[in-house]
Amino acid sequence: MFNKIGFRLIFVVAFTSLVIIGVFAYFNVKSQSSSLISEVERHANQLGETVVSSTRFDMMLNQRDRIQQIINSIGTQPQIRDVRIINKIGEIIYSSDSTNINKMVDKRAESCYACHAEDQPLEQISITERTRIFRVHPDSNRVIGIITPIYNEKSCWQADCHAHPKDQKVLGVLDVSISLADVDSAILSSEWKIVGFAVIAILSVGLLIAVFIRRWVSRPVNDLLTGTLQVSQGNLNYAIKEMGDDEIGKLGTSFNNMTKKLAEARMQLFQSDKMASLGRLAAGVAHEINNPLTGVLTYSSFLLKRTKDNPEFQEDLKVIVRETIRSREIVKSLLDFSRQSIPKKSLADISEIIDKAISVIENQLTLNKVKIEKRTEANLPNLTVDANQIQQVIINLLVNASDAIGKDGGVITVFTKQISLAPVGIAQIKKAACPKRHSLIDNDFKIDGLPSLKVKVISGDKEGIAHLDPVYGKHRNNFNVGFKIDKDAKFVCPECNNSIVQQDKLCPLCGAPVLAFEISGQGIYEVCSSENSNWEKWEAVDSGGLREYIEIKVTDTGSGISNEDLPKIFDPFFSTKGQKGNGLGLAVIWGIIDNHNGTINVESELGKGTTFIIRLPLAQQR
Amino acid sequence: MNRAADILVIDDEQVIVDAVVKICALDNYSVDVALNTKAGLEKISKNYYPVIISDIMLPDGDGFEILEAVKKQKKNSVVIMTTGYSTVENAVNSLYKGAVSFIPKPFTVDELLSALYRVNNYQKIIEKQKLLIQQQRIDEILYVTCPAKYLRLGHSTWIFQEREGTVLVGMCDLYMKTIDSIQQIELLNRDDEIEQGISCASLTCSNDRNHKILSPVSGRIVEVNDNVKSNPNLIEKDPYFEGWIYRVIPANIEYEIKYLIPCSSDRI
Repeated sequence: MFNKIGFRLIFVVAFTSLVIIGVFAYFNVKSQSSSLISEVERHANQLGETVVSSTRFDMMLNQRDRIQQIINSIGTQPQIRDVRIINKIGEIIYSSDSTNINKMVDKRAESCYACHAEDQPLEQISITERTRIFRVHPDSNRVIGIITPIYNEKSCWQADCHAHPKDQKVLGVLDVSISLADVDSAILSSEWKIVGFAVIAILSVGLLIAVFIRRWVSRPVNDLLTGTLQVSQGNLNYAIKEMGDDEIGKLGTSFNNMTKKLAEARMQLFQSDKMASLGRLAAGVAHEINNPLTGVLTYSSFLLKRTKDNPEFQEDLKVIVRETIRSREIVKSLLDFSRQSIPKKSLADISEIIDKAISVIENQLTLNKVKIEKRTEANLPNLTVDANQIQQVIINLLVNASDAIGKDGGVITVFTKQISLAPVGIAQIKKAACPKRHSLIDNDFKIDGLPSLKVKVISGDKEGIAHLDPVYGKHRNNFNVGFKIDKDAKFVCPECNNSIVQQDKLCPLCGAPVLAFEISGQGIYEVCSSENSNWEKWEAVDSGGLREYIEIKVTDTGSGISNEDLPKIFDPFFSTKGQKGNGLGLAVIWGIIDNHNGTINVESELGKGTTFIIRLPLAQQR
Repeated sequence: MNRAADILVIDDEQVIVDAVVKICALDNYSVDVALNTKAGLEKISKNYYPVIISDIMLPDGDGFEILEAVKKQKKNSVVIMTTGYSTVENAVNSLYKGAVSFIPKPFTVDELLSALYRVNNYQKIIEKQKLLIQQQRIDEILYVTCPAKYLRLGHSTWIFQEREGTVLVGMCDLYMKTIDSIQQIELLNRDDEIEQGISCASLTCSNDRNHKILSPVSGRIVEVNDNVKSNPNLIEKDPYFEGWIYRVIPANIEYEIKYLIPCSSDRI
């Protein structure tokens, strides 16, 4: 209940209005009651003064019965509880309550304390000091009492009765007590009214807010929630109905836009996937259909040739040949479609390419609980690449990473930075020729996935092909030619049998002959012809210094690749995904990166994850 | 080594083998047949066939093994490769590896006969040249090899990388010598895309044979040689300079160049 946004809002608003109205009501009641009390006070004071002045004449004449009568008649008034005149020593001389007459009042009691605190009667005291509010019993009504002092005057001590001496200042006091029952009930009723008002105000504010929150917040938020649930279940056609032009309404519109874009992106992904499968299908169909089609075409065109003198057959056969050629063209266009498009290189921002790749796949990854992080070094220089192909590579790696992560979720991180590497161990020989300019690159014998250098070894009457590592500095040469290479062995070009041994030069380490390969545009690559020595030299590369690369690392927290599978992953048709994959993805990636003169490597630990490292050279190699 | 037949056909499809046998009979060629790589290699090692027509996709291997075997055994056989799986890679790779011609399946009678006609002429020229070398008559020239800085696709077409980054495409003289004089040439237009290993022009010769020319490079045509268009015989007269066909902006020359043979290796 409390985790609903509407309820929380109502609670907060109700609480705030409760506090505000409460504080307001408290002070309101307080001021009302104090003004009521002071009014009563003033009234009582006036009454006291009136009694004193109205009894003055009778006092002069010492007509005690008349004074008592006046006091009695005042005391009968409904609000007045008691009227008393008390003399200097505290004896009640007159009282509207006749039972109290001649009783002594304790001077230390509350009614007297204001004046007698110092044991000295004070002459002038203010109205508030003469007033007191008290209860006779704890559960009886409140009563306000006011004391009006009766001062000695010339006429008093000169009166005939000689009751008061001259030196007395205060002769006594008139004490009027008025019941506060009416005032108290007025205060109580106004308190109740304010509480009632507060309750009604809080309830109505709460209700009003509840209605509007429901209308403006809860309902649209619920709609959005339903929408996101629908989308997360894969229903990308779900659209939220118009929700006005406030922030939530805009959220709804942008939600609709998002799902639309998501649907488009998924469609695109689906489409490109479909295209790829269609391409493979087309290639397969072309192969399967082309053979029978060859039978039809050859036989019909053969018949056409043999029946030159039979115009009747000629007409029909021409139709068969024509239509078969048409079928051939259809198959050919299918193949054209499936063929990889020609790379179109141009200057591109690698960070932008990665962003695009991520945006295509991100939503898919989010649904699989895969988090993707991008860490790109600032100010990376632009690269000359086919942006579409590199994007395809990144997407492919991300999909692979996501597949490796599976359903439990994980993290894919894409690091991009610029690095400088010494060419040793990286520079790859892509073109090598013998003195007669025959290519010595062997595309059929690969060392770590790269076409090797080939050289024919002739030793006596035996001959074989040795393969050398195309990567400068890695020394994974293969001199395994099936026989022992002796000292007098010849090393020649397999095409023209011209020697490729460097004359007048021996390996500085072991003294064996040195082989020389002409690398087009990059001088001569020299390597020791013995497998016992790792000596090699590529002057053009050594003098070139460090080379600049852009390195893209795609790291996942997935299942990893086993050591047996690791060397095979770039082979075409190798797949660990069973029916799901065709085993072409990484092979195509490899081809694309190779086309960009780059390298792609993989590091993996079973159960921990896999990292693909792509390095693209900044300056294109010659 | 005895000459068993004029032609050895290696293909796993019986119907194609039969068709090839019948077609070859039209031009009076005798034909021997192998239905897989193993049988083919066996026949090649035992006998001599001037011409071998081999499928690339075979049940127990591929046609490239046949090519290797022929090269290794130093037979003078010429090889025509054919496949239904006509990827560019296949066509270009087989030419790079020494096949003299590549015919994508399905082919017509005329296409096969044209190819046979060409490779037979090719063989005659090569044999004649060997004879000349043996007789030390080096100054007699049967065909002009292409200039040193050119690169060629098999023996059919060449490219020359110009300084501006464009590439000139033309026909090799050896190929021109294997066909009759050109009667008609069909060329693509400016701005058309061409692709390495895919037909980019078609020649019709005086003996009515039609020959399709495989492009040595992929890219966009920026210029078509109008002189050749109006006078096709210019190619025969000056195949390497005046007789160029297209000027192309290459799309992926760095990659495609590995299937091209540097003409400098032709010098003897």
